[in-house]
Amino acid sequence: MDETLLKVEGLQTSFFTDDGEVPAVDGIDFSVHEGEILGIVGESGCGKSVTSLSIMGLLPSPPGKIVGGHIYYKGEDISRAKESRMRKLRGNDIAMIFQEPMTSLNPVFTIGEQLMEAIRLHNHLSKKEQVERSIELLKLVGLPRAKELLAEYPHELSGGMRQRVMIAMAMSCNPKVLIADEPTTALDVTIQAQILDLMVKLNKETHTAIIMITHDLGVVAQMCHRVVVMYAGKIVEEGPVKEIFSHPNHPYTEGLIKSIPDLHGKKDNLYTIKGSVPRPGSIAKGCLFAPRCEFVMDKCRVNAPELSGSVHKSRCFLHQEQGRKEVHT
Amino acid sequence: MSQTSQATADPTVIEDKSSFIIAISEFWKSYRKNKPAIVGTIIVLFFILLAIFANFIAPQGINDQNIANRLQPPSPAHWFGTDDFGRDIFSRILFGARLSLRVGFLSVIGSIIVGTLLGVLAGYFGKALDVVISRVFDILLAFPSILLSIAIVAILGPSLNNALVAIAIVNVPVFGRLVRSRVLTVKEEEYVMAARSIGMGDMRIIFHHVLPNSIAPIIVQGTLNIATAILDAAGLGFLGMGAQAPLPEWGKMLSDSREYIQNAPWTVLFPGLAIVLVVVGFNLIGDGLRDALDPRMKN
Repeated sequence: MDETLLKVEGLQTSFFTDDGEVPAVDGIDFSVHEGEILGIVGESGCGKSVTSLSIMGLLPSPPGKIVGGHIYYKGEDISRAKESRMRKLRGNDIAMIFQEPMTSLNPVFTIGEQLMEAIRLHNHLSKKEQVERSIELLKLVGLPRAKELLAEYPHELSGGMRQRVMIAMAMSCNPKVLIADEPTTALDVTIQAQILDLMVKLNKETHTAIIMITHDLGVVAQMCHRVVVMYAGKIVEEGPVKEIFSHPNHPYTEGLIKSIPDLHGKKDNLYTIKGSVPRPGSIAKGCLFAPRCEFVMDKCRVNAPELSGSVHKSRCFLHQEQGRKEVHT
Repeated sequence: MSQTSQATADPTVIEDKSSFIIAISEFWKSYRKNKPAIVGTIIVLFFILLAIFANFIAPQGINDQNIANRLQPPSPAHWFGTDDFGRDIFSRILFGARLSLRVGFLSVIGSIIVGTLLGVLAGYFGKALDVVISRVFDILLAFPSILLSIAIVAILGPSLNNALVAIAIVNVPVFGRLVRSRVLTVKEEEYVMAARSIGMGDMRIIFHHVLPNSIAPIIVQGTLNIATAILDAAGLGFLGMGAQAPLPEWGKMLSDSREYIQNAPWTVLFPGLAIVLVVVGFNLIGDGLRDALDPRMKN
């Protein structure tokens, strides 16, 4: 549990557009330990997906480019690794599943052909062994009729089944880290729960670390051990899930938690955070959240707070001041 | 023990095949409903059979001259009549089918291979390569196709094989552009990103994802292009830039007989009819294939 598998240090990823450089991810640090489930939460456009694509080395380039920082996998800096090296790592060590299970499988090949292709990429197995391994994988992700499924085409499967197949493909070479980019967003609620349960089960059984990228705090609460909250390309809060949910330090996290619908609460309008995420690079100084913050102070508009704290970190003057007061009194 | 593991492996192999058969039979189900396409298929198959068995069917050779019998109208002895050298037009048309179908198929296969290669290079790797290849396509397409083939034949020298090469070159950009546009679409599909995320390289992505997803439009365009290629070959033959005498190429037969059109209309009627039938046949097949293979037409 203690060994750090993946360490992201000061990662900066920018998109170079006609309007100039747009920083999508602006100096983020986090690490993933063996067997851990880390949640990365944030609104659309806060840089969650760009972070995951940066780790995989799959940024659409141009216009995307890692402009600063490092990504260490088992101590090796992969942020500037050669494509051939990355190809070896992908699938074998780090794999990824995507948001849209409906379009993530090639429509012209059967499930079996695609699974076996994935297995062949990194292993030399006989045809018979490939078939056996495919069936084993489909069973691992909880798909019934595994043998028949091999001969079926993606359009014959439901969204939930396809996402299971995608997970099976990603797990085909026993990766150490699995990045799940909003894997349940396109699925309906009951299927969502099943897929999340499956991922927790895989995490326990295979000890694969999972980076769960989502905008759904419910998902985080249900399965993650630690969580990173991102806002406008920066990490605003990071810590163990229980800590974050019981004592959110950053007003943004607090707002996110407050805006989860409550089954038992009063049926008033849900809490909303006013305004919208600023365009990356549009706020020159001060805290990025200041324009939308309820507790905004004068200095928030001038100086940008640093991420501070040891286990439970946050990027807010409010908390830093409170913390200091607590220390002084 | 070995028997049980055999049992786990074998059914899937059989199922693999059966799923292929299912795909074919589903295609056939939708193709069969298209009456014109069936007519086209029958016409083309008929001509292919005639071409294959020309040796056995033809009553005479392609160059059996009989001046005494020249310009005879159709009769039981000469079904399609005779030409100005007294040669049996029916026999010549049968052998001509070989030439025309060969030009049609070979030139299209050639254009597909070269066009696909260039299209994939341009679409997949993009950047400067794309600019260069696409501009070359634009230049080739700027010429009227027959004019360009005449120019190429003029360089290579007039013969049926050079006409074939010229037609193939002229049609390369048609397939190149088609493949490029498919590649650009497929490249952005999520399954390509998913394939990358498990470590698939460019070559595998091209062969496993990009090309298989581009085949349907290539087949459709290819079938339609066989018709134009046959027409172009006949056109070149007519202009004296294609097949040379005494080869019984249909276009060449038309041009050789055109002075007799008033006295002996059968000398131009039957070669012309043969061209029309084959071209219409391939066009009907092409349209049928488009309807059957187009995923948007499926429910």
